[in-house]
Amino acid sequence: MSNWVIEAHDLQKTFAWTPVLNSIACCIRPGASVGIFGPNGAGKTTLLRLFATLLKPTAGTLTLFGVDPLDPAIRRKIGFLGHDSFLYPDLTPEENLTFYGKAYNLPNLADRIDKRLEQVGLEDWRAMPVRHFSRGMEQRLGLARALLHEPDLFLLDEPYTGLDTSAVAILDDTLTNAKAQGKTVVLSSHDFDQSRDLLSQAIILNRGHIAWQSGDALPSAQEFIQIYRSCTHHTVPC
Amino acid sequence: MKKYSPFNYVILPWLTAAAMLTALAMVFLYVPNERVQGAAQRIFYIHLPSAWMAFLGFFIVAGASAAFLWQGKRSADLLAQAAAEVGMVFCTLVLLTGPIWARPIWGVWWTWDPRLTMTLVLWLIYAAYVLLRVFAGDTETVARYAAVLGIIGVIDIPILYIAIRLWRGIHPKVEQMAPEMAWTLLVCTGAFVCLFTWLLWLRLQSLHLRNDIIGLRKHILVSL
Amino acid sequence: MLAILWKDILLELRTKERVSSLLLLAMLIVLVFVFALNPEQLKDPALGAALLWIALIFAGMLSVQRAFILEHERNCIDGLLLCPIDPGQFFFAKFLSNVFFLILVEAIVTPLTIALLGIPFSASLLGLPLVLLLGIVGFSALGTLFSAMTVRTPAREILLPLMLLPLLVPLLIAVVQVTGALLAGDVWTGVWLRVLVAFDVIFVITSWLTFGFVLQE
Repeated sequence: MSNWVIEAHDLQKTFAWTPVLNSIACCIRPGASVGIFGPNGAGKTTLLRLFATLLKPTAGTLTLFGVDPLDPAIRRKIGFLGHDSFLYPDLTPEENLTFYGKAYNLPNLADRIDKRLEQVGLEDWRAMPVRHFSRGMEQRLGLARALLHEPDLFLLDEPYTGLDTSAVAILDDTLTNAKAQGKTVVLSSHDFDQSRDLLSQAIILNRGHIAWQSGDALPSAQEFIQIYRSCTHHTVPC
Repeated sequence: MKKYSPFNYVILPWLTAAAMLTALAMVFLYVPNERVQGAAQRIFYIHLPSAWMAFLGFFIVAGASAAFLWQGKRSADLLAQAAAEVGMVFCTLVLLTGPIWARPIWGVWWTWDPRLTMTLVLWLIYAAYVLLRVFAGDTETVARYAAVLGIIGVIDIPILYIAIRLWRGIHPKVEQMAPEMAWTLLVCTGAFVCLFTWLLWLRLQSLHLRNDIIGLRKHILVSL
Repeated sequence: MLAILWKDILLELRTKERVSSLLLLAMLIVLVFVFALNPEQLKDPALGAALLWIALIFAGMLSVQRAFILEHERNCIDGLLLCPIDPGQFFFAKFLSNVFFLILVEAIVTPLTIALLGIPFSASLLGLPLVLLLGIVGFSALGTLFSAMTVRTPAREILLPLMLLPLLVPLLIAVVQVTGALLAGDVWTGVWLRVLVAFDVIFVITSWLTFGFVLQE
């Protein structure tokens, strides 16, 4: 079905010849906001990186927007925000964004850059090399970079970790806007409470398997904690 | 897990032993002294087949590397690794027997003639391949890097040969061989092929076993 | 692709560390030779050729590694992999950037070396830029490919020369032979030139084709 944004069947990924992800099967609709939860080492980052085409699956099938992820053109629609900011520390924000803009072949680059910088509140620092930024500022610039090409699919790996309050507010705003525009959001997190308002679906990963998937109905915070506890203390998916 | 195959476990080692013994006998007892070079020339029967095996090893590495890049099967990668190690052993043998031969004949331990130089560079490429795996660890990524190295190495060999030939000249050329010598060479080559195959198979077995054990260990750890 | 090239050059302008360290290294190597030998020995064209290329190889190793180490800070490699660029383009961008920096360094080091060694000027020296270019191209092709590999491995400073140098032997032989001939005032023989061109063509294409495998995870 090419209506799915992300479609995965029997997905497997091995590192050093050991499976890190096994038999992952999920389908994500356009416009959905999915939260991926699970203990450390469950494979959340690996899964997100697979979706972002940064990793190639060892086995199984993965299609993004109905297309093979190996096609470079599909990356135009994907925005990824990970632990690292992917910014060159010796260049200024303006130069960094110009570079990425050119790499994506974006029209009206100067305007876009202005808009993004304003959106993340870094207008005043556009000419200062990123090396001198605080971590929060760098995160915000990273967000600007991820948004620059206006992707249809947002993939965020624990985006709230290490953010200061203003950055959290900006991130929340951005994601709410994206949702309103009908874009698809997939993020991984440790905190269900914080992201519950934003999400429409939740997945729990444990030891490389999908332990539980919510349907269209998100549980309450309490229920979720119960489910989470029961799923991650057993070795068999429930 | 590889199946128990009587050919590999029983026939091959005995065949190799028999072939090697025959070869040795022929080298020392059967073949006559070479006219110009005398007794020292007998090392040629080890030197030349070793060189052939060194090159054979490299071609296996290249083939297995291409197969690995194409299909991603672990067995192709292990074959490349085993072939590289065994090939390197034979390459070392060539580099050792070369000087042993050269000293009594030409009076020097080493000359920069085309074939020896080429074998030296081949040895260095082998060393790079083996050390890459040693230093960089055992992951799919490293296996892919090694495969690329293997393929580039094999492409490099013809150019290397041409360049070295253009640069330098001599290496004992085999002009005419008495029939006894030809037979001895044939038997030696056959023996070396058996030896190569057997060593390759041994190494491959040990690599597969190691692979299985590590897999089992990780499996156990994960399910605890 | 051009964007990456532009970015590399911009980075270099900002930090100035790559070109300066390459120049320094190359000149140091030349100096060591100058200290070790007397003026008559230095005039030997074969020595001059060897020296030039030793300096270039060492500087080149450094240069080609820097190209990828810069990407590794803040994991920018992932940022680049996210762009809709296919691996071949990525290869050419890095390859051209490497060639560019090496040309820059050689443009300064070569005349200086010739002057310092006291090698007499002759018309055949005009052929030097071509040889240098061919050598740099071949070096950069394999250098880009292998430095992309080693940047992720722990023992990268050992591994890169180990892997690269044996494979570069044909290039080295050809290039030193021609340079030696040129420095001596002779005209070069066409056959070495053909070897060089063949090497360059074969390895630029091979590296371009296999780069995708190296980037993939």
